[in-house]
Amino acid sequence: MLLPNLFRTEYGKIVAVLVRSFGIARVGIAEDIASDTFLIAAETWGTKGLPANPTAWLYTTAKNRACDLLRREGVFVNKVQPELQRAPTTCGIDEPDFSPAGFKDSQLRMIFALCHPELNTETQVALCLRILCGFGVGEIAAAFLTSKDTINKRLSRGKNRLRKVMTNLELPADSELPTRLDGVLTTIYLLFNEGYYSTGTATNFRRDLCADAIRLTLMLTRNDLTDQPRVSALLALMCFHTSRFDARLTDNGDLIDYDDQDRSLWDERLVRQGSRYFERATAGGAVGRYQLEAAIAFMHTSPNPGPDKWPNILALYNRLLMKAYSPVAALNRTYALSRVHGAQAALNEALKINLRGHLGYQLLLGELYVQLEDEKLAQYHFNRALTLTRNPAVRRRITAKLAGCNQA
Amino acid sequence: MQDFMMLFRSEENPTERPSPEALQAEIKLWEAWIGGIAAQGKFLSSEALDYTGKTLMADGTVTDGPYTELKEIIGGYILLKATDWDDAVALAKGCPVLSAPGGKVEIRPIMDLG
Repeated sequence: MLLPNLFRTEYGKIVAVLVRSFGIARVGIAEDIASDTFLIAAETWGTKGLPANPTAWLYTTAKNRACDLLRREGVFVNKVQPELQRAPTTCGIDEPDFSPAGFKDSQLRMIFALCHPELNTETQVALCLRILCGFGVGEIAAAFLTSKDTINKRLSRGKNRLRKVMTNLELPADSELPTRLDGVLTTIYLLFNEGYYSTGTATNFRRDLCADAIRLTLMLTRNDLTDQPRVSALLALMCFHTSRFDARLTDNGDLIDYDDQDRSLWDERLVRQGSRYFERATAGGAVGRYQLEAAIAFMHTSPNPGPDKWPNILALYNRLLMKAYSPVAALNRTYALSRVHGAQAALNEALKINLRGHLGYQLLLGELYVQLEDEKLAQYHFNRALTLTRNPAVRRRITAKLAGCNQA
Repeated sequence: MQDFMMLFRSEENPTERPSPEALQAEIKLWEAWIGGIAAQGKFLSSEALDYTGKTLMADGTVTDGPYTELKEIIGGYILLKATDWDDAVALAKGCPVLSAPGGKVEIRPIMDLG
């Protein structure tokens, strides 16, 4: 298991350092060198055994291959090209920096590049999964219920676009930094949610995705430029959620309702870690959307909550919606309302929010009508929900709920 | 969708200072009402106004506390979107100012100068 684990943690770092050295135009070459490095490792380690320091071995191999390439390019750029067009071109290539500081700097620049506002969200997510997290095109395609061909096209369009907007992983200007950081956080949060909530893909893939989102956010907290309270808040939020990762899935990947989870599987260590980041996030008095979401997530980590739990959660959702509207927050607020003021009050509010095409909306209405013992309308909304998802695990849950309605 | 401003008017006693607990409870009521509007994606912004104030007259004089002669005071505002007048009035229902002495919500469409 060593090599796959190393691939998961080191591939993205190596690509980032190489692109920092070669420029964004050669991102394809950087990816090839990083892939080749792991291929050579698999062959060499298989026959000659493990090197004493595997990561150092990987870096040396990647660096040697990069230097070979640079030498060949150097010859071409410095000697051949001027002869061809008489226009002296500067080589502009630095030797790749595989030091800890080099990794730190390159990865930060890389995540800002891949989350560039010139790229649409799905392209940002695909590029991050491929280049920063080292996922295969097949895995990415499976996660988004699409074909490898579609993902390949998305990746190459994204890289072409990046070549047009930057040359060498430039960091955003100071004036743009807050907005660009928000963009990065949004994309990391999407990666996390894909791992946490999608039930269509293999559990291992999803666990890796959550771990990667946490790893990338941790990286942001370790750079002075990006160590902002909202970054710590996002980190806290993800730790709190991830503490229930194992408790919320059956062996075959089906979701277990919160109330039915085995609390002994909740990971207290992650809750404590999250609490430390939450303290950092709120120490300066900042209360943004991620602080509010982290506070809500924290409310769910207590195995023995008091009677204030749901009124507190409802109040936090009210404040969250005032900061930033999202359909998910609107639906969760309505659910919290049902826990505090009952199903009828929640239904009155639910009917005012227009999210008919939203799976969660139809499920919520179904649940509220079940509580109000109106099985006809409950069935209607569960059937609507069925038309809104292709995910087999979710469909199984809805079908089970429909069966429950018929028995009533 | 049309943008509206709602002004919260009441005849509350500006010199009355509520206890911190009462203030917290009051804030919760306002957040609950605004949360319902925000859950519909219609909330834009809102502020509460302090009861102190000054008024600048055309002749340059500045007076303290313009409210001595007026019983009514504007306690704050909300900017929001509504589909039409009916929707705006429906959204105003449940505003906590309506429980205050002489409380009312003035609903005004934002003029489109585009």
